[in-house]
Amino acid sequence: MSSTPDTKDPVIVGPDVIIDPEMCKGCNLCTYVCPTGVLLISESLNHLGFHPAEYTGEGCTGCGVCFYACPEPGAITVYKPPRKPKKQKEEV
Amino acid sequence: MNTVNEQVVLKWPESLYSEFERKPGEEKRATHYCPGCSHGVIHKLIAEAMDDFGIRDRTIFVSPVGCSVFGYYYFDCGNFQAAHGRAPAVATGAKRSRPDSIVISYQGDGDLAAIGTNNILHAANRGENITVFFVNNAIYGMTGGQMAPTTLEGQKTSTSPTGRDTSLTGKPLHMSELLATLDAPVYIERVAITDAKHILAARKAVRKALQTQIDRKGFTFVEILSTCPVGWKMDPQEAKGWLEENMMKVFPLGVFKDQVKETEPLPVPVTPIPAEEVPEILFKGMSAFERTGEPDWGDVPERYREPKIKVAGFGGQGILFLGALLSNVALRKNFHVTWLPAYGPESRGGTANCNVVISTRPVAAPLITEPEVVMAFNGPSMDRFEPLVEPGGVLMYNSSLVSQEPVRDDIENVAVPATGLAVELGDGKVANLIMLGAYLSHTGMFTEEDVNEALNAVIKYKEMLELDRKAVARGFQYIRESQ
Repeated sequence: MSSTPDTKDPVIVGPDVIIDPEMCKGCNLCTYVCPTGVLLISESLNHLGFHPAEYTGEGCTGCGVCFYACPEPGAITVYKPPRKPKKQKEEV
Repeated sequence: MNTVNEQVVLKWPESLYSEFERKPGEEKRATHYCPGCSHGVIHKLIAEAMDDFGIRDRTIFVSPVGCSVFGYYYFDCGNFQAAHGRAPAVATGAKRSRPDSIVISYQGDGDLAAIGTNNILHAANRGENITVFFVNNAIYGMTGGQMAPTTLEGQKTSTSPTGRDTSLTGKPLHMSELLATLDAPVYIERVAITDAKHILAARKAVRKALQTQIDRKGFTFVEILSTCPVGWKMDPQEAKGWLEENMMKVFPLGVFKDQVKETEPLPVPVTPIPAEEVPEILFKGMSAFERTGEPDWGDVPERYREPKIKVAGFGGQGILFLGALLSNVALRKNFHVTWLPAYGPESRGGTANCNVVISTRPVAAPLITEPEVVMAFNGPSMDRFEPLVEPGGVLMYNSSLVSQEPVRDDIENVAVPATGLAVELGDGKVANLIMLGAYLSHTGMFTEEDVNEALNAVIKYKEMLELDRKAVARGFQYIRESQ
């Protein structure tokens, strides 16, 4: 898992989405499901020959829908908003 | 899903390999699936559930034939890849021999609903405590978009280019509804991989099915309507729309059976029979033999040693038994032996043959294509196998039934009127033993006593023993007299 971000990295605090452009096949499913429309398809090509999805850098709510819509295991990582310690029940 | 300081991260599930080492080619981090394929999403949902339930170490994933044939590239757990449509049978075996495991049968519609229909029906009907994920994309994706049993009426595929004609090929098969008519399954639901709402509903169904299996409540089945953008000749977004507008009408989403709550956990299965008890069960009543020393050919001429033997004739002539008995004799003399019968309808009257290899070393290949010894009991066997005898080899033939003369002159041809001699002894059936006696006498490989010892051990009907011994002796005698 060299190119996906280390989840213990204290720098990344949700909500955030990290897209690894080299694992994306440009299928567009994430850009369509994103409720806030902050994902789009890049003009550049990746090493697989696809136009990968990318994050505009602002507005991600960490809802995680793009993660589940993405068919590649490692292309999208979503950091949900930090939760208050009391809440134990996970919500997606 | 990981929780670090209340920070929930949705990331690459640990139940999928972090690098796909088994996948050929340079690209080890991307799947082999086409862009927009639902398989990747479903893999992710299953792997995430495996992580969350902590079952990865005891999960056995059975891949089908189809695009997901390479499940073992991705799932970091136990893996099988089953023959086309047979995943439920393989899963049954896995579950029964390892009752603590969590067994997943992952199948497409070409696999599960066509060639494997009987397998899934019976696994469901038996209520096997396994989980089946049925990925239905209404087409044969891997092989190039052919019509499947689930293809919609009028849907164009490479084998229904003008659209599926249901007057010729029937209507789309509704597997969830069909299985829901059975008593045994406890949970059957149909979900779809399209938008956020449906994907999250699919996630819930995947988790419920696996949890039900973990709770030992029985057979669970989740049908997942999926897109095949390439097979459907659409872009992933169009495919999603097509699924929602067309497939969901024919295959309505919903729960078709849910008896999870009211079902009591299945009893803990009886421990499978320990491996060490198997020989006792299989070979009960047969006198066991143990290797008592090293095999030794002794005075047997070089050309007769380490034989590869093909015995052939009509079904019913005792062809397979001859091979088995010879194997037994050799085993008792500490040799390494394989006996490979050619089973088939021939065992009811057509032609039958078996392969026997006897060696001082372990035998690597039990199948013989170039026999050094052929025993032909009838004309057709002679026709078929005489040409295959290795130069310098031995052809023994039953001259009572084989009317033609051997044509080869680079091999030893030994005519034995086995059937005739057997009839003289009172029963034509023992021609096989006469031939065996003749072969052993001709080659000097083993003695009459060696055969009798083996006969005592293997003959079930002791009243036949006397005649069998006489037949073996007659074979030995025939060769002695004719030399």
